[in-house]
Amino acid sequence: MESQEVKLLGFWVSPFVHRVEWALKLKGVPYEYIEEDIFNKSPLLLELNPVHKKVPVLVHNQKVLAESFVILEYIDENWKQCPLLPQDPYDRAKARFWAKFAEEKILSDGAWRAARAKGDNREKALGSTIEALEKIEGELKGKGKFFGGESIGYLDLALGWISYMLPVWEDVGSIKIMDPTRFPATAAWMSEFVNHPAVKDSLPPRDKMIIYFEKRLKELEI
Amino acid sequence: MAEKGEEMKLLATWFSPFAYRVIWVLKMKGIEYEYVEEDLGNKSPLLLQSNPVHKKVPVLIHNGKPLAESLVIVQYLDNICKSSPVLPDDPYQRAMALFWSNFVEEKFTENIKKVLVLGGEEQAAGAKGAEAALATLEAQLAKKKSKFFGGESIGLVDIALGYISVWLEEIEEVGGIKVFDSEKFPCLAKWMQDFLEIPTVKENHPNKADLIPYLRYLRQVGPAVAFQHG
Repeated sequence: MESQEVKLLGFWVSPFVHRVEWALKLKGVPYEYIEEDIFNKSPLLLELNPVHKKVPVLVHNQKVLAESFVILEYIDENWKQCPLLPQDPYDRAKARFWAKFAEEKILSDGAWRAARAKGDNREKALGSTIEALEKIEGELKGKGKFFGGESIGYLDLALGWISYMLPVWEDVGSIKIMDPTRFPATAAWMSEFVNHPAVKDSLPPRDKMIIYFEKRLKELEI
Repeated sequence: MAEKGEEMKLLATWFSPFAYRVIWVLKMKGIEYEYVEEDLGNKSPLLLQSNPVHKKVPVLIHNGKPLAESLVIVQYLDNICKSSPVLPDDPYQRAMALFWSNFVEEKFTENIKKVLVLGGEEQAAGAKGAEAALATLEAQLAKKKSKFFGGESIGLVDIALGYISVWLEEIEEVGGIKVFDSEKFPCLAKWMQDFLEIPTVKENHPNKADLIPYLRYLRQVGPAVAFQHG
């Protein structure tokens, strides 16, 4: 069998990196993890991802890949065990659609923005994040343990950050976004997710995350 | 694909570059479909029902099942119809195509929208961002040494960026800012010509002259209304 050399450049608190790690763990793919200081980027990172200069970067037998969703699809196609994306083309397309939606509306411009913002900006960001969460709640209803049913999949990995990082942002930003009474299906899913064997022992320590995001909040206040 | 009994509908508008990405792929693959023109000022119940999340066009409805987001739709069509493939078979090449089409969307398209509808500093930032993205794409194309980003025939990245061969000049005119310089981007300039020569593209795009008044209207109504496409 061809020697499989997999390296992952990451940053300990990056949810984009965590997704890739979960995928590799689920499929039982051994990899070498290289911690990057994103505030002091290494020549290696800049060489491997000159376009975006970001983590995660996956190197597989010298093939270099960047962008977490692109990496997830590559991992899924290359290692067939424990499939992440659904088999049915329509379901695959829907999974991609929702992953993209959540990334734009709940992650980037959503929760983190709401946590940092003040006054009107906060109201606005919170409102649109909650609206987006309602749609995700709708997708989870009647699905089973995970978005894909009984087993964890692509969309769970895409949204997984909500289960452990969102509560930290809520804490640090003194803001309530994920109300379990309003989003019961999402709350149940969060619990299933953080307790999944591939996820449970690999999450960054909460107290370390709190310190990190408190600092970032001060630096990035809007 | 799309034999008798199969229903393929496309909700679109005549001036949407995102709709045309889907049209080009449907036609290239020989997939029959019903085209439904949407009035974005008066959205049909079908549109609102099929894309409740974004309420945008294009929307593909295949046997009653709706899909939104032009690049997601294109990937879906490639999945269900093997003729004229848009994505390569090799996982790494596919990943590269996905990476670069995402780049087109995030770094170029998002910025060119700003050039069209915004003013002042925000518009200038959009123009700068769009130009920087083009420079990166130019370098990528030069490195590839092939006719298209997809090789000798078009692929996902070409489909993603191809709209500039029809829409970019008009956007620059209406926005009042020039972003594309054929001397700075000779590979892209040639690529645009080659893209327009592809029969499917040549025979399927809006009349450039018709685009101008519509783009002016979008500039007038501002971002909230203008960004009804995806």
